[in-house]
Amino acid sequence: MRYSGFKVIKEALTGHKGWTPAWRDPAPQADYDIVIIGGGGHGLATAYYLAKQFGGKRIAVLEKGWIGGGNVGRNTTIIRSNYLLDGNEPFYEFSLKLWEGLEQDFNFNAMISQRGILNLIHTDAQRDAFIRRGNAMMLNGADAELLSVAQIRARYPFMNFDNARFPIKGGLAQHRGGTVRHDAVAWGYARGADARGVDIIQNCEVTGFRIENGICKGVETSRGFIGASKVGCAVAGSSGRLMAKAGMRLPIESHVLQAFVSEGLKPVMPGVVTFGAGHFYCSQSDKGGLVFGGDIDGYNSYAQRGNLPVVEDVVESGMALFPMLGRVRLLRMWGGIMDMSMDGSPIIDRTHIGGLYFNGGWCYGGFKATPASGWCFAHLLARDEPHPVATAYRFDRFEKGRMIDEKGMGAQPNLH
Amino acid sequence: MIINHPLLGPRDAQEFTYLGDASLIDRPDWQAPDAARTFYEYHYLRDNPAGEHRELWFHEQGDRSWLVVTRNTLTHEITKVELAREVARTRGRSA
Ligand SMILES: Cc1cc2nc3c(=O)[nH]c(=O)nc-3n(C[C@H](O)[C@H](O)[C@H](O)COP(=O)(O)OP(=O)(O)OC[C@H]3O[C@@H](n4cnc5c(N)ncnc54)[C@H](O)[C@@H]3O)c2cc1C
Repeated sequence: MRYSGFKVIKEALTGHKGWTPAWRDPAPQADYDIVIIGGGGHGLATAYYLAKQFGGKRIAVLEKGWIGGGNVGRNTTIIRSNYLLDGNEPFYEFSLKLWEGLEQDFNFNAMISQRGILNLIHTDAQRDAFIRRGNAMMLNGADAELLSVAQIRARYPFMNFDNARFPIKGGLAQHRGGTVRHDAVAWGYARGADARGVDIIQNCEVTGFRIENGICKGVETSRGFIGASKVGCAVAGSSGRLMAKAGMRLPIESHVLQAFVSEGLKPVMPGVVTFGAGHFYCSQSDKGGLVFGGDIDGYNSYAQRGNLPVVEDVVESGMALFPMLGRVRLLRMWGGIMDMSMDGSPIIDRTHIGGLYFNGGWCYGGFKATPASGWCFAHLLARDEPHPVATAYRFDRFEKGRMIDEKGMGAQPNLH
Repeated sequence: MIINHPLLGPRDAQEFTYLGDASLIDRPDWQAPDAARTFYEYHYLRDNPAGEHRELWFHEQGDRSWLVVTRNTLTHEITKVELAREVARTRGRSA
Protein backbone atom coordinates (compact mmCIF):
# COMPACT_ATOMS: atom_id res chain seq x y z
CA MET A 1 0.00 0.00 0.00
CA ARG A 2 1.34 3.38 -0.99
CA TYR A 3 0.66 6.40 1.19
CA SER A 4 -0.51 9.60 -0.50
CA GLY A 5 -2.68 12.64 0.14
CA PHE A 6 -5.39 11.06 -1.97
CA LYS A 7 -5.28 7.88 0.14
CA VAL A 8 -5.56 9.88 3.38
CA ILE A 9 -8.66 11.67 2.11
CA LYS A 10 -10.20 8.47 0.78
CA GLU A 11 -9.67 6.71 4.12
CA ALA A 12 -11.03 9.69 6.02
CA LEU A 13 -14.23 9.46 4.00
CA THR A 14 -14.58 5.68 4.30
CA GLY A 15 -14.03 5.22 8.03
CA HIS A 16 -10.30 4.34 7.95
CA LYS A 17 -11.06 0.70 7.16
CA GLY A 18 -8.50 0.34 4.36
CA TRP A 19 -5.24 0.74 6.29
CA THR A 20 -3.19 -2.44 6.48
CA PRO A 21 -0.19 -3.31 8.69
CA ALA A 22 2.98 -1.61 7.49
CA TRP A 23 4.95 -4.85 7.56
CA ARG A 24 4.24 -8.58 7.87
CA ASP A 25 5.01 -10.75 10.88
CA PRO A 26 6.56 -13.82 9.24
CA ALA A 27 7.85 -16.93 11.01
CA PRO A 28 11.59 -17.44 10.55
CA GLN A 29 12.60 -19.70 7.66
CA ALA A 30 15.24 -22.40 8.03
CA ASP A 31 17.83 -20.40 6.14
CA TYR A 32 18.47 -17.17 4.27
CA ASP A 33 21.07 -15.73 1.96
CA ILE A 34 21.68 -12.84 4.33
CA VAL A 35 20.68 -12.44 7.96
CA ILE A 36 20.98 -9.03 9.61
CA ILE A 37 21.08 -9.03 13.41
CA GLY A 38 19.44 -5.96 14.94
CA GLY A 39 16.20 -4.27 13.94
CA GLY A 40 17.37 -0.75 14.64
CA GLY A 41 17.79 1.99 12.07
CA HIS A 42 21.05 0.60 10.75
CA GLY A 43 19.91 -3.02 10.46
CA LEU A 44 16.64 -2.11 8.75
CA ALA A 45 18.34 0.36 6.40
CA THR A 46 20.85 -2.33 5.48
CA ALA A 47 18.06 -4.77 4.62
CA TYR A 48 16.17 -2.09 2.69
CA TYR A 49 19.13 -1.11 0.51
CA LEU A 50 20.18 -4.75 0.07
CA ALA A 51 16.77 -5.55 -1.35
CA LYS A 52 16.26 -2.32 -3.27
CA GLN A 53 19.71 -1.27 -4.44
CA PHE A 54 21.81 -4.39 -4.52
CA GLY A 55 19.29 -6.96 -5.73
CA GLY A 56 19.56 -9.09 -2.60
CA LYS A 57 17.14 -11.99 -2.17
CA ARG A 58 16.07 -14.06 0.87
CA ILE A 59 16.98 -11.56 3.55
CA ALA A 60 15.91 -11.52 7.19
CA VAL A 61 16.30 -8.98 9.99
CA LEU A 62 16.32 -10.52 13.46
CA GLU A 63 15.36 -8.28 16.37
CA LYS A 64 15.40 -9.41 19.98
CA GLY A 65 12.65 -6.97 21.03
CA TRP A 66 10.53 -4.85 18.75
CA ILE A 67 11.98 -2.87 15.86
CA GLY A 68 12.79 0.71 16.68
CA GLY A 69 12.95 0.05 20.42
CA GLY A 70 16.71 0.60 20.61
CA ASN A 71 18.79 3.69 20.07
CA VAL A 72 16.98 4.61 16.88
CA GLY A 73 14.01 5.48 19.09
CA ARG A 74 16.04 6.98 21.95
CA ASN A 75 18.32 9.55 20.40
CA THR A 76 18.09 13.32 20.17
CA THR A 77 17.34 13.10 16.42
CA ILE A 78 20.07 15.42 15.16
CA ILE A 79 21.37 14.98 11.62
CA ARG A 80 24.30 16.88 10.14
CA SER A 81 27.47 16.38 8.12
CA ASN A 82 29.79 18.87 9.79
CA TYR A 83 32.84 16.64 10.14
CA LEU A 84 36.46 17.45 9.45
CA LEU A 85 38.45 14.34 8.59
CA ASP A 86 38.78 12.70 5.18
CA GLY A 87 37.64 9.34 6.54
CA ASN A 88 34.40 10.89 7.83
CA GLU A 89 33.20 13.92 5.90
CA PRO A 90 32.37 12.22 2.56
CA PHE A 91 30.51 9.48 4.44
CA TYR A 92 28.36 11.84 6.52
CA GLU A 93 27.67 14.08 3.53
CA PHE A 94 26.55 11.00 1.57
CA SER A 95 24.25 10.26 4.50
CA LEU A 96 22.81 13.78 4.58
CA LYS A 97 22.08 13.59 0.84
CA LEU A 98 20.25 10.30 1.40
CA TRP A 99 18.23 11.91 4.21
CA GLU A 100 17.23 14.67 1.82
CA GLY A 101 15.58 12.21 -0.53
CA LEU A 102 14.53 9.60 1.99
CA GLU A 103 10.82 10.27 2.41
CA GLN A 104 10.18 10.23 -1.33
CA ASP A 105 12.36 7.16 -1.63
CA PHE A 106 10.58 5.02 0.96
CA ASN A 107 7.15 6.74 0.75
CA PHE A 108 6.95 7.37 4.48
CA ASN A 109 6.80 10.59 6.47
CA ALA A 110 9.89 10.71 8.69
CA MET A 111 9.40 14.43 9.39
CA ILE A 112 12.86 15.30 8.14
CA SER A 113 13.33 18.93 9.03
CA GLN A 114 16.39 20.81 7.78
CA ARG A 115 16.10 23.53 10.38
CA GLY A 116 19.86 24.03 10.55
CA ILE A 117 22.50 23.29 13.13
CA LEU A 118 24.70 25.88 14.81
CA ASN A 119 27.96 25.05 16.62
CA LEU A 120 28.85 27.93 18.92
CA ILE A 121 32.30 29.51 19.06
CA HIS A 122 33.66 30.73 22.40
CA THR A 123 37.38 31.31 21.79
CA ASP A 124 39.64 32.47 18.96
CA ALA A 125 41.20 29.00 18.76
CA GLN A 126 37.77 27.48 18.37
CA ARG A 127 37.00 29.95 15.59
CA ASP A 128 40.15 28.87 13.73
CA ALA A 129 39.20 25.22 14.16
CA PHE A 130 35.66 25.83 12.92
CA ILE A 131 36.84 27.82 9.89
CA ARG A 132 39.04 24.89 9.01
CA ARG A 133 36.18 22.48 9.53
CA GLY A 134 33.84 24.61 7.44
CA ASN A 135 36.38 24.60 4.61
CA ALA A 136 36.76 20.81 4.85
CA MET A 137 33.00 20.50 4.65
CA MET A 138 32.73 22.72 1.57
CA LEU A 139 35.56 20.84 -0.13
CA ASN A 140 33.42 17.74 0.24
CA GLY A 141 30.33 19.35 -1.20
CA ALA A 142 28.62 20.10 2.11
CA ASP A 143 27.34 23.54 3.12
CA ALA A 144 28.88 25.60 5.92
CA GLU A 145 28.62 29.22 6.96
CA LEU A 146 30.44 31.18 9.65
CA LEU A 147 27.95 33.34 11.52
CA SER A 148 28.69 36.55 13.40
CA VAL A 149 27.41 37.30 16.88
CA ALA A 150 24.86 39.73 15.41
CA GLN A 151 23.51 37.06 13.06
CA ILE A 152 23.19 34.59 15.93
CA ARG A 153 21.53 37.18 18.19
CA ALA A 154 18.88 37.79 15.57
CA ARG A 155 17.97 34.10 15.53
CA TYR A 156 18.57 33.11 19.16
CA PRO A 157 18.06 36.31 21.19
CA PHE A 158 17.60 34.38 24.44
CA MET A 159 21.08 32.86 24.65
CA ASN A 160 23.58 34.07 27.24
CA PHE A 161 26.07 35.81 24.95
CA ASP A 162 28.17 37.26 27.78
CA ASN A 163 28.74 34.18 29.91
CA ALA A 164 31.93 34.92 31.87
CA ARG A 165 33.62 31.65 30.98
CA PHE A 166 32.16 30.93 27.55
CA PRO A 167 31.11 34.17 25.83
CA ILE A 168 29.56 33.50 22.41
CA LYS A 169 31.89 34.80 19.71
CA GLY A 170 30.22 33.38 16.62
CA GLY A 171 29.20 30.05 15.24
CA LEU A 172 29.55 27.55 12.42
CA ALA A 173 26.20 26.85 10.82
CA GLN A 174 25.16 24.01 8.57
CA HIS A 175 21.76 25.02 7.25
CA ARG A 176 21.05 21.60 5.75
CA GLY A 177 21.44 19.91 9.15
CA GLY A 178 18.41 19.42 11.34
CA THR A 179 16.22 16.80 12.97
CA VAL A 180 14.19 13.73 12.00
CA ARG A 181 11.34 11.87 13.65
CA HIS A 182 13.65 9.07 14.74
CA ASP A 183 11.33 6.07 15.20
CA ALA A 184 9.64 6.80 11.88
CA VAL A 185 13.00 6.09 10.28
CA ALA A 186 12.88 2.52 11.58
CA TRP A 187 9.25 2.13 10.52
CA GLY A 188 9.84 3.59 7.06
CA TYR A 189 12.81 1.34 6.36
CA ALA A 190 10.99 -1.68 7.79
CA ARG A 191 7.99 -1.05 5.59
CA GLY A 192 10.16 -0.51 2.52
CA ALA A 193 12.21 -3.64 3.19
CA ASP A 194 9.14 -5.75 3.91
CA ALA A 195 7.53 -4.64 0.66
CA ARG A 196 10.63 -5.95 -1.14
CA GLY A 197 10.38 -9.36 0.51
CA VAL A 198 12.62 -8.97 3.57
CA ASP A 199 11.43 -10.99 6.58
CA ILE A 200 11.41 -8.78 9.66
CA ILE A 201 11.38 -11.13 12.62
CA GLN A 202 10.77 -9.55 16.00
CA ASN A 203 11.12 -11.17 19.42
CA CYS A 204 13.98 -13.22 18.05
CA GLU A 205 17.19 -12.84 20.00
CA VAL A 206 20.46 -14.05 18.55
CA THR A 207 22.14 -16.08 21.29
CA GLY A 208 25.13 -17.46 19.42
CA PHE A 209 26.80 -18.20 16.11
CA ARG A 210 27.37 -21.52 14.42
CA ILE A 211 30.95 -21.33 13.22
CA GLU A 212 32.54 -24.31 11.46
CA ASN A 213 36.17 -24.24 10.26
CA GLY A 214 36.28 -20.48 10.56
CA ILE A 215 33.09 -19.98 8.53
CA CYS A 216 29.83 -18.70 9.97
CA LYS A 217 26.95 -20.96 8.95
CA GLY A 218 24.15 -19.14 10.73
CA VAL A 219 22.90 -17.98 14.09
CA GLU A 220 21.37 -19.60 17.14
CA THR A 221 18.31 -17.69 18.24
CA SER A 222 15.56 -17.80 20.83
CA ARG A 223 13.42 -19.17 17.98
CA GLY A 224 15.86 -21.86 16.87
CA PHE A 225 18.78 -22.09 14.49
CA ILE A 226 18.62 -19.93 11.37
CA GLY A 227 21.10 -20.72 8.63
CA ALA A 228 22.66 -17.99 6.49
CA SER A 229 25.36 -17.62 3.86
CA LYS A 230 26.17 -14.21 5.30
CA VAL A 231 25.47 -12.71 8.70
CA GLY A 232 25.68 -8.97 9.33
CA CYS A 233 25.69 -7.71 12.90
CA ALA A 234 24.21 -4.21 13.52
CA VAL A 235 23.22 -4.20 17.17
CA ALA A 236 24.44 -0.75 18.29
CA GLY A 237 25.33 -0.78 22.02
CA SER A 238 25.22 -4.58 22.23
CA SER A 239 28.14 -5.16 19.84
CA GLY A 240 30.65 -6.20 22.51
CA ARG A 241 28.23 -8.58 24.12
CA LEU A 242 27.16 -10.22 20.84
CA MET A 243 30.51 -10.45 19.08
CA ALA A 244 31.98 -12.06 22.22
CA LYS A 245 29.73 -15.00 21.29
CA ALA A 246 31.72 -15.29 18.07
CA GLY A 247 34.89 -15.22 20.15
CA MET A 248 35.81 -11.66 19.20
CA ARG A 249 37.09 -8.82 21.36
CA LEU A 250 36.34 -5.41 19.87
CA PRO A 251 37.94 -1.97 20.20
CA ILE A 252 34.69 -0.94 21.87
CA GLU A 253 33.28 -0.24 25.32
CA SER A 254 29.58 0.18 26.11
CA HIS A 255 28.54 3.43 27.74
CA VAL A 256 25.28 5.11 28.60
CA LEU A 257 24.20 8.44 27.14
CA GLN A 258 21.22 10.27 28.56
CA ALA A 259 18.73 12.54 26.85
CA PHE A 260 16.08 14.86 28.21
CA VAL A 261 12.87 16.46 27.09
CA SER A 262 11.02 19.38 28.64
CA GLU A 263 7.33 20.11 28.79
CA GLY A 264 5.85 21.39 25.52
CA LEU A 265 6.49 25.05 24.74
CA LYS A 266 5.51 27.39 21.96
CA PRO A 267 8.12 27.51 19.20
CA VAL A 268 11.23 29.17 20.66
CA MET A 269 14.20 27.25 19.23
CA PRO A 270 14.32 27.62 15.45
CA GLY A 271 17.18 25.16 14.93
CA VAL A 272 19.68 22.90 16.65
CA VAL A 273 22.31 24.55 18.85
CA THR A 274 25.43 22.87 20.19
CA PHE A 275 27.49 24.31 23.01
CA GLY A 276 30.65 22.23 22.68
CA ALA A 277 32.59 23.93 25.46
CA GLY A 278 29.90 23.16 28.00
CA HIS A 279 28.79 19.83 26.49
CA PHE A 280 25.18 20.59 25.75
CA TYR A 281 23.02 20.45 22.64
CA CYS A 282 19.41 21.31 22.17
CA SER A 283 16.58 21.46 19.67
CA GLN A 284 12.81 21.76 19.93
CA SER A 285 10.64 18.86 18.87
CA ASP A 286 7.61 19.32 16.68
CA LYS A 287 5.48 18.68 19.77
CA GLY A 288 7.17 21.62 21.48
CA GLY A 289 9.44 19.90 23.99
CA LEU A 290 13.03 21.05 24.25
CA VAL A 291 15.12 17.97 23.51
CA PHE A 292 18.64 18.10 24.90
CA GLY A 293 21.62 16.13 26.08
CA GLY A 294 25.25 16.33 27.06
CA ASP A 295 28.09 14.02 28.00
CA ILE A 296 28.07 10.26 28.48
CA ASP A 297 27.96 9.05 32.08
CA GLY A 298 31.57 8.02 31.71
CA TYR A 299 31.88 4.38 32.78
CA ASN A 300 31.00 1.06 31.19
CA SER A 301 27.29 0.38 31.45
CA TYR A 302 24.56 -1.79 30.04
CA ALA A 303 22.01 -0.41 32.49
CA GLN A 304 20.00 1.65 29.96
CA ARG A 305 19.47 4.31 32.57
CA GLY A 306 21.70 7.14 33.67
CA ASN A 307 22.83 8.46 36.99
CA LEU A 308 21.92 11.77 38.58
CA PRO A 309 25.32 13.55 38.51
CA VAL A 310 25.13 13.76 34.72
CA VAL A 311 21.59 15.11 34.90
CA GLU A 312 22.89 17.92 37.07
CA ASP A 313 25.85 18.53 34.79
CA VAL A 314 23.75 18.70 31.62
CA VAL A 315 21.19 20.99 33.19
CA GLU A 316 23.94 23.29 34.51
CA SER A 317 25.42 23.57 31.01
CA GLY A 318 21.98 24.22 29.62
CA MET A 319 21.31 26.96 32.13
CA ALA A 320 24.67 28.58 31.34
CA LEU A 321 23.67 28.84 27.69
CA PHE A 322 19.91 29.34 27.93
CA PRO A 323 19.05 30.97 31.28
CA MET A 324 15.39 30.68 30.29
CA LEU A 325 15.61 26.92 30.83
CA GLY A 326 15.36 27.57 34.56
CA ARG A 327 11.65 28.26 34.15
CA VAL A 328 10.96 25.11 32.16
CA ARG A 329 9.89 21.81 33.70
CA LEU A 330 11.71 18.64 32.73
CA LEU A 331 9.29 16.02 31.51
CA ARG A 332 11.40 12.94 30.93
CA MET A 333 14.96 11.64 30.84
CA TRP A 334 16.23 8.31 29.61
CA GLY A 335 19.45 6.55 28.70
CA GLY A 336 20.66 4.48 25.78
CA ILE A 337 23.65 2.18 25.54
CA MET A 338 26.14 2.97 22.84
CA ASP A 339 29.31 1.39 21.54
CA MET A 340 32.14 3.77 22.33
CA SER A 341 34.93 2.90 19.93
CA MET A 342 38.54 3.66 20.79
CA ASP A 343 38.83 6.56 18.34
CA GLY A 344 35.21 7.69 18.33
CA SER A 345 34.58 6.47 14.77
CA PRO A 346 32.54 3.54 13.48
CA ILE A 347 33.47 0.17 12.00
CA ILE A 348 31.87 -1.30 8.87
CA ASP A 349 33.95 -4.32 7.93
CA ARG A 350 34.31 -8.03 7.44
CA THR A 351 35.48 -9.99 10.45
CA HIS A 352 38.19 -12.66 10.34
CA ILE A 353 35.36 -15.22 10.42
CA GLY A 354 34.10 -16.10 6.94
CA GLY A 355 30.58 -14.89 6.23
CA LEU A 356 30.41 -12.73 9.37
CA TYR A 357 30.26 -8.96 8.93
CA PHE A 358 30.16 -6.17 11.46
CA ASN A 359 28.62 -2.72 11.66
CA GLY A 360 29.03 -0.86 14.96
CA GLY A 361 31.02 1.54 17.07
CA TRP A 362 28.74 4.46 16.25
CA CYS A 363 29.30 6.12 19.59
CA TYR A 364 26.75 8.85 20.19
CA GLY A 365 26.57 10.04 16.61
CA GLY A 366 25.18 7.13 14.67
CA PHE A 367 21.64 8.28 14.06
CA LYS A 368 22.65 10.77 11.37
CA ALA A 369 24.62 7.95 9.79
CA THR A 370 21.61 5.61 9.45
CA PRO A 371 21.02 5.88 5.67
CA ALA A 372 24.71 5.82 4.70
CA SER A 373 25.50 3.10 7.22
CA GLY A 374 22.72 0.93 5.78
CA TRP A 375 23.79 1.64 2.23
CA CYS A 376 27.49 0.98 2.84
CA PHE A 377 26.86 -2.15 4.92
CA ALA A 378 24.55 -3.47 2.20
CA HIS A 379 27.28 -2.71 -0.35
CA LEU A 380 29.82 -4.66 1.73
CA LEU A 381 27.47 -7.60 2.26
CA ALA A 382 26.44 -7.77 -1.39
CA ARG A 383 29.79 -7.17 -3.06
CA ASP A 384 32.33 -8.09 -0.39
CA GLU A 385 34.14 -4.81 -0.81
CA PRO A 386 33.75 -1.56 1.11
CA HIS A 387 31.74 1.27 -0.37
CA PRO A 388 34.05 4.13 -1.50
CA VAL A 389 32.91 6.48 1.29
CA ALA A 390 33.36 3.85 4.01
CA THR A 391 36.83 2.55 3.18
CA ALA A 392 38.35 4.01 6.35
CA TYR A 393 36.01 2.21 8.73
CA ARG A 394 38.12 -0.90 9.07
CA PHE A 395 38.93 -3.05 12.10
CA ASP A 396 42.65 -2.98 11.44
CA ARG A 397 42.99 0.80 11.65
CA PHE A 398 43.92 0.61 15.33
CA GLU A 399 46.67 -1.89 14.68
CA LYS A 400 47.96 0.07 11.72
CA GLY A 401 47.82 3.45 13.44
CA ARG A 402 45.21 4.85 11.03
CA MET A 403 42.76 6.01 13.66
CA ILE A 404 39.98 8.42 12.66
CA ASP A 405 40.17 10.49 15.78
CA GLU A 406 37.75 13.26 14.86
CA LYS A 407 37.80 14.87 18.29
CA GLY A 408 41.53 14.47 18.86
CA MET A 409 41.02 12.72 22.17
CA GLY A 410 43.00 9.53 21.72
CA ALA A 411 42.39 5.97 22.69
CA GLN A 412 40.11 6.71 25.61
CA PRO A 413 36.49 5.94 24.99
CA ASN A 414 35.43 7.78 28.09
CA LEU A 415 36.77 11.02 26.66
CA HIS A 416 34.75 11.12 23.47
CA MET B 1 27.05 5.54 43.13
CA ILE B 2 28.99 5.19 46.37
CA ILE B 3 32.48 3.71 46.27
CA ASN B 4 33.64 2.22 49.55
CA HIS B 5 37.29 3.37 49.59
CA PRO B 6 39.46 0.85 51.50
CA LEU B 7 41.25 3.64 53.42
CA LEU B 8 38.72 6.48 53.51
CA GLY B 9 35.38 4.73 53.68
CA PRO B 10 32.31 5.41 51.52
CA ARG B 11 32.80 8.23 49.00
CA ASP B 12 30.58 9.61 46.25
CA ALA B 13 31.66 8.36 42.83
CA GLN B 14 31.68 12.00 41.72
CA GLU B 15 35.02 12.43 43.51
CA PHE B 16 36.59 9.92 41.13
CA THR B 17 37.66 9.81 37.50
CA TYR B 18 37.14 6.62 35.57
CA LEU B 19 39.91 5.08 33.49
CA GLY B 20 38.42 1.82 32.25
CA ASP B 21 39.04 -1.91 32.38
CA ALA B 22 41.38 -2.94 35.23
CA SER B 23 43.23 -5.18 32.78
CA LEU B 24 45.16 -1.98 31.96
CA ILE B 25 47.27 -2.85 35.01
CA ASP B 26 48.68 -5.78 33.04
CA ARG B 27 50.95 -3.78 30.74
CA PRO B 28 52.68 -6.15 28.29
CA ASP B 29 56.44 -6.59 28.08
CA TRP B 30 57.72 -4.05 25.56
CA GLN B 31 60.76 -6.21 24.80
CA ALA B 32 58.80 -9.33 23.91
CA PRO B 33 59.04 -10.37 20.25
CA ASP B 34 55.27 -9.98 19.81
CA ALA B 35 55.14 -6.63 21.64
CA ALA B 36 53.47 -4.78 18.73
CA ARG B 37 50.59 -7.22 18.75
CA THR B 38 50.21 -7.42 22.54
CA PHE B 39 50.30 -3.64 22.92
CA TYR B 40 47.64 -3.27 20.25
CA GLU B 41 45.44 -5.72 22.14
CA TYR B 42 46.25 -4.12 25.48
CA HIS B 43 45.48 -0.63 24.22
CA TYR B 44 42.42 -1.14 22.08
CA LEU B 45 40.61 -4.44 22.61
CA ARG B 46 38.17 -4.93 25.46
CA ASP B 47 36.12 -7.78 26.98
CA ASN B 48 33.36 -5.23 27.64
CA PRO B 49 31.25 -7.61 29.75
CA ALA B 50 27.59 -7.20 30.65
CA GLY B 51 27.74 -8.06 34.33
CA GLU B 52 30.72 -8.07 36.66
CA HIS B 53 33.51 -5.74 35.55
CA ARG B 54 36.79 -4.86 37.26
CA GLU B 55 37.71 -1.28 36.53
CA LEU B 56 40.10 1.50 37.49
CA TRP B 57 38.89 4.59 39.34
CA PHE B 58 41.18 7.47 40.35
CA HIS B 59 40.32 9.34 43.54
CA GLU B 60 41.14 12.68 41.95
CA GLN B 61 39.30 14.86 44.43
CA GLY B 62 40.43 12.82 47.44
CA ASP B 63 43.65 11.04 48.32
CA ARG B 64 44.61 10.61 44.63
CA SER B 65 44.84 6.85 45.00
CA TRP B 66 43.93 4.42 42.22
CA LEU B 67 41.31 1.81 43.03
CA VAL B 68 40.19 -1.40 41.38
CA VAL B 69 36.41 -1.42 41.67
CA THR B 70 34.38 -4.54 40.91
CA ARG B 71 31.04 -3.29 39.61
CA ASN B 72 28.11 -4.84 37.79
CA THR B 73 27.61 -3.00 34.49
CA LEU B 74 23.93 -4.03 34.39
CA THR B 75 22.96 -2.90 37.89
CA HIS B 76 25.81 -0.53 38.95
CA GLU B 77 26.17 -2.66 42.11
CA ILE B 78 29.70 -2.48 43.55
CA THR B 79 30.85 -5.68 45.24
CA LYS B 80 34.55 -5.10 45.87
CA VAL B 81 36.97 -2.17 46.15
CA GLU B 82 40.72 -2.68 46.31
CA LEU B 83 43.75 -0.40 46.16
CA ALA B 84 45.18 -0.72 42.65
CA ARG B 85 48.64 -0.73 44.23
CA GLU B 86 47.80 -3.88 46.19
CA VAL B 87 46.35 -5.55 43.12
CA ALA B 88 49.45 -4.69 41.12
CA ARG B 89 51.70 -5.98 43.92
CA THR B 90 49.97 -9.32 44.14
CA ARG B 91 50.65 -9.66 40.41
CA GLY B 92 54.30 -8.79 40.91
CA ARG B 93 54.00 -5.47 39.11
CA SER B 94 54.97 -3.06 41.85
CA ALA B 95 57.55 -2.85 44.63
C1 LIG C 1 20.45 9.39 24.26
C2 LIG C 1 21.05 9.27 22.90
C3 LIG C 1 21.08 10.39 22.05
C4 LIG C 1 21.62 10.30 20.78
N1 LIG C 1 21.55 11.39 19.95
C5 LIG C 1 21.99 11.29 18.67
C6 LIG C 1 21.83 12.39 17.76
O1 LIG C 1 21.24 13.43 18.10
N2 LIG C 1 22.31 12.26 16.49
C7 LIG C 1 22.96 11.13 16.08
O2 LIG C 1 23.41 11.09 14.95
N3 LIG C 1 23.09 10.05 16.90
C8 LIG C 1 22.62 10.10 18.19
N4 LIG C 1 22.74 9.00 19.03
C9 LIG C 1 23.38 7.77 18.54
C10 LIG C 1 22.46 6.92 17.71
O3 LIG C 1 21.19 6.82 18.31
C11 LIG C 1 23.01 5.50 17.52
O4 LIG C 1 24.37 5.54 17.14
C12 LIG C 1 22.28 4.74 16.44
O5 LIG C 1 20.90 4.93 16.55
C13 LIG C 1 22.61 3.27 16.56
O6 LIG C 1 22.13 2.48 15.49
P1 LIG C 1 20.72 1.71 15.45
O7 LIG C 1 19.68 2.72 15.24
O8 LIG C 1 20.73 0.65 14.47
O9 LIG C 1 20.68 1.09 16.92
P2 LIG C 1 19.47 0.41 17.70
O10 LIG C 1 18.19 1.08 17.37
O11 LIG C 1 19.88 0.33 19.12
O12 LIG C 1 19.45 -1.02 17.03
C14 LIG C 1 20.11 -2.16 17.50
C15 LIG C 1 19.07 -3.24 17.68
O13 LIG C 1 19.72 -4.48 17.90
C16 LIG C 1 18.91 -5.24 18.76
N5 LIG C 1 19.72 -6.31 19.34
C17 LIG C 1 20.73 -6.22 20.24
N6 LIG C 1 21.22 -7.43 20.53
C18 LIG C 1 20.51 -8.32 19.80
C19 LIG C 1 20.55 -9.75 19.68
N7 LIG C 1 21.42 -10.48 20.37
N8 LIG C 1 19.68 -10.34 18.83
C20 LIG C 1 18.77 -9.59 18.12
N9 LIG C 1 18.70 -8.26 18.20
C21 LIG C 1 19.56 -7.63 19.03
C22 LIG C 1 18.42 -4.22 19.78
O14 LIG C 1 17.26 -4.67 20.46
C23 LIG C 1 18.17 -3.01 18.90
O15 LIG C 1 16.84 -2.88 18.49
C24 LIG C 1 22.20 9.08 20.34
C25 LIG C 1 22.19 7.96 21.19
C26 LIG C 1 21.61 8.04 22.45
C27 LIG C 1 21.59 6.82 23.33
